Amino acid sequence: MTADNHITYRDACRMGIADALRRDQRVFLMGEDVGRYGGCYAVSKGLLEEFGPERIRDTPLSENAFTGLGIGAAMNGMRPIVEIMTVNFSLLALDQIINNAATIRHMSGNQFGVPLVIRMATGAGRQLAAQHSHSLEGFYAHIPGLKVLAPATLEDARGMLWTALEDPDPVLIFEHVMLYNTSGALAAGAGAVPINKAAIRREGKSVSLITYGGSLPKTLAAADQLAKDGIEAEVVDLRTLRPLDEETILASVRKTRRAVVVDEGWRTGSLSAEISARIMEQALWSLDAPVARVCSAEVPIPYPRHLEDAALPNVPTIVAAARGTLA
Amino acid sequence: MSPAPKLHLTRESLVALLRQMTRVRRFEEKCDELYQVEKIRGFLHLAIGEEAVCTAVMANLTPDDAVVATYREHGHALVRGVSAREIMAEMYGKAQGCSRGRGGSMHLFNAAHRFYGGYAIVGGGIPLAAGLALADKMQGRKRVTACFLGDGAVAEGVFHETMNLAALWKLPVLFVCENNLYAMGTRLDLSESETDLHAKAQAYRMTSESVDGMDVVAVDAAANKATAMIRETGAPYFLECRTYRFRAHSMFDPQLYRTREEVEQWRKRDPIARLAERMRQAGMIREDEISAIEEDVKNEIAEAVRFAEEAPWEAVAELARFVYAESAS
Amino acid sequence: MYRFRMPSLGADMEAGTLVEWLKKPGDPVKRGDIVAVVETDKGAIEVEIFVDGAMGRHLVALGATVPVGTPLAEIEGPVEEEPAFGAAPISPPKGAVLPLAVPAAKRPVEEGIRASPAARKRAAELGIVLATIKGTGPGGTVVLNDVELAAGEKAPRRGLDIAKMRQAIAAAMARSKREIPHYYLASDINMSPALAWLEQTNAERVPEKRLLAAVLTLKAVALAARRFPAFNGFFDSAKGYLPAKSIHVGTAVAIRGGGLVSPAIHDCDQLNLDQLMDKLRDLAARAREGRLRSSEMSDATITVSSLGERGVQTLYGIIYPPQVAIVGFGNVIARPVAIGDKVEVCPLMTATLAADHRVSDGHLGARFLREIETRLQEPDKL
Repeated sequence: MTADNHITYRDACRMGIADALRRDQRVFLMGEDVGRYGGCYAVSKGLLEEFGPERIRDTPLSENAFTGLGIGAAMNGMRPIVEIMTVNFSLLALDQIINNAATIRHMSGNQFGVPLVIRMATGAGRQLAAQHSHSLEGFYAHIPGLKVLAPATLEDARGMLWTALEDPDPVLIFEHVMLYNTSGALAAGAGAVPINKAAIRREGKSVSLITYGGSLPKTLAAADQLAKDGIEAEVVDLRTLRPLDEETILASVRKTRRAVVVDEGWRTGSLSAEISARIMEQALWSLDAPVARVCSAEVPIPYPRHLEDAALPNVPTIVAAARGTLA
Repeated sequence: MSPAPKLHLTRESLVALLRQMTRVRRFEEKCDELYQVEKIRGFLHLAIGEEAVCTAVMANLTPDDAVVATYREHGHALVRGVSAREIMAEMYGKAQGCSRGRGGSMHLFNAAHRFYGGYAIVGGGIPLAAGLALADKMQGRKRVTACFLGDGAVAEGVFHETMNLAALWKLPVLFVCENNLYAMGTRLDLSESETDLHAKAQAYRMTSESVDGMDVVAVDAAANKATAMIRETGAPYFLECRTYRFRAHSMFDPQLYRTREEVEQWRKRDPIARLAERMRQAGMIREDEISAIEEDVKNEIAEAVRFAEEAPWEAVAELARFVYAESAS
Repeated sequence: MYRFRMPSLGADMEAGTLVEWLKKPGDPVKRGDIVAVVETDKGAIEVEIFVDGAMGRHLVALGATVPVGTPLAEIEGPVEEEPAFGAAPISPPKGAVLPLAVPAAKRPVEEGIRASPAARKRAAELGIVLATIKGTGPGGTVVLNDVELAAGEKAPRRGLDIAKMRQAIAAAMARSKREIPHYYLASDINMSPALAWLEQTNAERVPEKRLLAAVLTLKAVALAARRFPAFNGFFDSAKGYLPAKSIHVGTAVAIRGGGLVSPAIHDCDQLNLDQLMDKLRDLAARAREGRLRSSEMSDATITVSSLGERGVQTLYGIIYPPQVAIVGFGNVIARPVAIGDKVEVCPLMTATLAADHRVSDGHLGARFLREIETRLQEPDKL
């Protein structure tokens, strides 16, 4: 972890965790195979050696319980990072996340807060089939009491964790599995980043492409393609899924008058539906076309490559959707 | 089951136990009455008959310790030190309730007394208790976290996950299982292959004991032993208290699942009557003292009801406050 | 008297059936006793009493299903006052305003033209510049209809079919002239006091609250109709004249394109001038949009017609059957008038009455008109 110049997204995640562990004694990491195995996605490789078993805790396969432990520890002075291996397994911990973490502050009349960070890998693309390919961050974004983040860049992978750990309320961080291997440059002093604002990753004036997480690279690639035909797309990286940065989204749509939301969740009742509704509510008069959505096909994600590719958002579909708003 | 130990506690501590159980009993009876005239709404779960357990366990905790309870937790909060008026106001849903009126009967919270909640999901608070204990351990604080759960919770996966983790990581948790033989309407032997609940702890290599939950002195002795062990070794402990609820699971329950005779049999072992009788026989308490306790308790509860009646409602405009922390974050 | 009521035994219990009394009148009861058994959706539940005393009269028969809170029995003895059943308000306190999910104040003003997608499309098709169109949609947004009107197209407004309306008017007027023996009377009314009063009153008001002269004439007619019920009612060929109990003055409203409707202002005699003004404004607007209610269309008991500023000196009306009178008001015109033996110029308005001779005659009609005139001399009393 020396030259910050060519690092991977997973490196950035690791740096974020290591930073936190060094900086704040209250922080510890807890999850399946985070210690001796080095993390399912190698995010925590080497951390056990540096920080020891008290602070890098391998847990048994007990998602519900260790998430609950994280909640209790957070309520009693610690700043735990609970790693649930993937969002698919988080379903086993739904009771603790939704019935406890999200409710305790409001339900107790503000007597107790839950400053817990839960990190989860999410998304599809590795032919892992239906039970290992969910994108449920939009579902979690439905729940008041939670904050939901989707870092898509190295800077965000490294810096959002810091801000999340300082937050007095539960924060869920979704790391898309296809991003771990992406690499790039990261400034040496890169640190905390805000977690309540979206970012314009590419400026444009013809159409707003609104997306997050694992879909960002595809969306940027689609924007490049559109540019060849003189269509200047503006790419909005949501970064935070709850609370949504309405101001940035709406400003972009008012400027371009067209929007395409790219969301790896299934279309029905998805985050893209929420964004579309908000654009309709607050920027209807600015639109020149209906809001388009590019989502996963309404199927459990299948195993073979060609079917998986067809089921997920991809560059051609994003390009087509964008053109559709202009025709 | 261990035989009833001799009354070797001091008179003062026994009187205290009697007083606390009486407070819980009369408070619960008043809640019952108020529910029927719709002052208290939603679900109401009464602990009438089970008073000995919360009373005796709390008597062995310090203010520094933590308590996690279930939705049948009014007595637990009361004995832990949360005022009757704050609990009653919470039952009414008033802003001066211990959870700002927002939780009601099933969600009593109080930071000052380290009362970490009532939970509506069976077993929901169990891992939370282990987390509280983990934090204490990691921060070098010697405290006990008491985790109350029912016999129904033993069927939930999260109970087993937590027992395992607590034993594996050696967390200072006192699991108090209030085994009242029924998970709502299902008798224990119809849901558990092994009905000796404290025996399950052995599968996790956790020290455990089973005690007569209708005998406050026995529970007190057991809790005393358990907390001492936890404080000394830091390891968790599982204490099964065999008790019984004289009332239904909750208010709207015709109790089709048990016979009247069974209830009557258990009523004969009423923990409050039992203690009072033993103290009388041992010459440790006079009738007028018992009457004085009843009178005090009656006044305390009447005052709590008055407080709740007159307390204001939280303004609707405040509805969206405290979903997240406010101000400088 | 303490009354023992059907208790609430659960969150979803709304009613219970009393199936058994365990205490009969006269039996002593004490707090905690089970006194009855109630059958609910879930099964039979024993019900306890919370006071000491003696069971009194049973108020509900066995087998009766009653809502929670219904008194079941009287309890005699040294009981406390009956507790208020759920008196602590379960519903939110007064003045509750729920915080909006999207606070209106948060929406920044959009730059540029506010126009609906449909409007934009049509404007583009027609080659119309949006900025030149006045919007009638939410917040002044230009909507499709605005674009079509601007283009001069006859976009039939919702509920208004001018052609059909004219057919109906033709039929009614023909019938009126066929069946009703009209007689006509006219009278010139000095409008100085009324106009002076109006000027003074309006001077102290903001434009939106100013009164038109029309409300004075409407009110004067309504009050006169109170004194002369022969002009306020319906004529039925079988039953004869049926005077109306209320005074609903129909007021003729012209609609662009050749339409005419006379919607009723209900209880016109009971409204004060401000209320009358509001109603008039509202009716005129809705009449032009075709949004009148059926009661407004059918309830008029007498009609007033005025041609306003673009009219003439004298207006002779045709009665709307089954009404029996129509009052017409011409322009206010400054005319020379003999007052005493001098000639002065006064603002005069000619009021006419067309009435059904089967119901009234000229003598009564003249008194009716004079009553209107008299009322208009004391505008502050209208």
